[in-house]
Amino acid sequence: MKSLEELKKLREKAQKELQARKTENKAKVTVGMGTCGIAAGARALLKELMAEINRRNLDVIITQTGCIGMCEKEPLIDVELPGEDRITYGNLKAEDIVKIVVEHIVNGNIVEDLAIARADKE
Amino acid sequence: MGESIYRSHVLICGGTGCVSSGCKEAQDALVKELKKHDLATEVKLVETGCHGFCEKGPIMIFYPEGVFYCQVTPEDMEELVEEHILKGRIVQRLLYKEPTTKENIPSYKEIDFYKKQQRLSLANCGHIDAESIDEYIAEGGYEALGKALTEMTPQEVIEEVKESGLRGRGGGGFPTGLKWQFAHDTEGDKKYIICNADEGDPGAFMDRSLLEGDPHAIIEGMAIGAYAIGADEGYVYVRAEYPLAIKRLQNAIDQAKEYGLLGDNLFGSDFSFKLQIKAGAGAFVCGEETALMASIEGKRGMPRPRPPFPAQKGLWGKPSNINNVESLANIPLIIREGASRFNSVGTEGSKGTKVFALTGKINNTGLAEVPMGITMREIIYDIGGGISGGKEFKAVQIGGPSGGCLPENLLDLPVDYDSLIEAGAMMGSGGLVVMDEETCMVDVARFFLNFTKSESCGKCTPCREGTKRMLEILNRITSGEGRDGDIEQLERLAENIKSTSLCGLGQTAPNPVLSTLKYFRHEYEAHIHEQKCPAGACDDLLNGYVVDEDACIGCTLCAKACPVDAIEGAPKQAHIIDLDECISCGACEPKCPVDAISQA
Repeated sequence: MKSLEELKKLREKAQKELQARKTENKAKVTVGMGTCGIAAGARALLKELMAEINRRNLDVIITQTGCIGMCEKEPLIDVELPGEDRITYGNLKAEDIVKIVVEHIVNGNIVEDLAIARADKE
Repeated sequence: MGESIYRSHVLICGGTGCVSSGCKEAQDALVKELKKHDLATEVKLVETGCHGFCEKGPIMIFYPEGVFYCQVTPEDMEELVEEHILKGRIVQRLLYKEPTTKENIPSYKEIDFYKKQQRLSLANCGHIDAESIDEYIAEGGYEALGKALTEMTPQEVIEEVKESGLRGRGGGGFPTGLKWQFAHDTEGDKKYIICNADEGDPGAFMDRSLLEGDPHAIIEGMAIGAYAIGADEGYVYVRAEYPLAIKRLQNAIDQAKEYGLLGDNLFGSDFSFKLQIKAGAGAFVCGEETALMASIEGKRGMPRPRPPFPAQKGLWGKPSNINNVESLANIPLIIREGASRFNSVGTEGSKGTKVFALTGKINNTGLAEVPMGITMREIIYDIGGGISGGKEFKAVQIGGPSGGCLPENLLDLPVDYDSLIEAGAMMGSGGLVVMDEETCMVDVARFFLNFTKSESCGKCTPCREGTKRMLEILNRITSGEGRDGDIEQLERLAENIKSTSLCGLGQTAPNPVLSTLKYFRHEYEAHIHEQKCPAGACDDLLNGYVVDEDACIGCTLCAKACPVDAIEGAPKQAHIIDLDECISCGACEPKCPVDAISQA
């Protein structure tokens, strides 16, 4: 270790590893993983989502939830940016994930044609 | 996915407490389940140090949700993976249940045990991988060392530590900054810094948990101390009974060397530091600094008179500085975030936080870090969850064999170094042994004296002979052969041993006797004059139990509880205990609904 700068660089790299444990003020994506969701392909969606988040080096919470009753529209995901409403996207295919990640999570614009519900922020 | 992130982290407590309650088996089962469900690349397993809530171990925390599961078994892993990780449903039955409200609490921050805690020195314990230097660095680790070496002079480092008000956490409570100043001011071509990890108080395990859960903090604290006093070499003296602590610390030392955080010219400065572990054989007296240094030198672990103090003539005759593990663990925070981060917590004379090990008759055994000045009642009832088995509180023993017992009426005493000394106890390393109504205080004093007598190194007469004589008297009293004048004799011996012993072991050994005499003198008197043990704990003083025939309602509950069938009587008629059969176990007494049973 030659300087504080070198340590700081090391720290930034190491922090990425810990980001799943820091949950405040972060975008959160919730994947519906009830039996209905899984049957409709939610696992593939989740994997695609993780790959995309990794490719873009984003700091996002990926979590999952059970059935919320809209089995018809599975697979479903919720996207919640800090301080904003929760947006639910439904009838998703794996290729839709890129669009949601880029448009909504990165740029902050709701992908209207895939969104099916909006819930007030908690 | 190589460099990729994991969507979920599962933190498994790998402290010694959880290892003994079976975390390894649970972890193996979890690995298997994750593999089975093809989740190994999505979920990262992290083995951490102690979370402190040892009572409920093994403990797992699932992130990003931050759900706290406790007392998990290998059989639970299938359900946890399928429900929590795959389907996102919290497994309710494995959550912590608040005993008073019976509510399931998913987030550990909401659990009463953690609510009143303030974790400064334990901040990383249970939250980072104890074997990963990267995770320590991610939380700001080694920044304090970098700051000290590149931006501060040794004197500035010492001033910051003085300003923080940090006092030695090993027992004495000597100001750490002042200690460093003495070592700094002594001229010498070679100096040493030593970490005292010879934790030996019965019931205390905070130093072990720190070494197991956050070993890099100790290394960083020592390196900063070495820079401040002008040392280039350090020793960690840790007892060989702590194999996991030694393993994790050695691993951390190796990693720090590899990263260039131990070795030559750290952070481009001309400061070099090397560190090694010395495993001690587990003698209590080696916690005393001069005995500890003798032990490192390969000699028999015996104290020597001071002066000269270690700061003048220490290890190998060179100026040396010895700090306790917990003191050192606070140093990185003080340097990184400034003295005010530390001294904004605590009381006038005792700054910061203190880690206490809760043991004995308490519901939540474990480790708790609290701000100085908190009351004993808050520690025992709010954090510790009160007395186990619904019994009554009697006393709390604080400070180990050097400390004292505090009774109920001192529970609201704000806990700091000075208030405890005033009350006849001492902070010590922070072991708290809680005792209930069934604990005999004479027996407690005897237990601790038996410990110090066995651990006395024998070098000085007052300690070697005095503790033996005191123990003899206590043995007599608890076996029903106490005599008039025993109490006075104990007090006389205690004062002599305290004022004439060579080292801290002897000087404090009589404290458990003195404090129990101060607060529970009537129990001594009952043993000596009435041949009775009020707590019903001393076997030799028990002559069986009797039933008050007028009060007995003949409910038969006592007879059912008796393990040797010594109680006779028909339903709805008075019962009689056969004293020849009675083994004085006391099982019948609490069963009686009308309190008709008492000691004979």
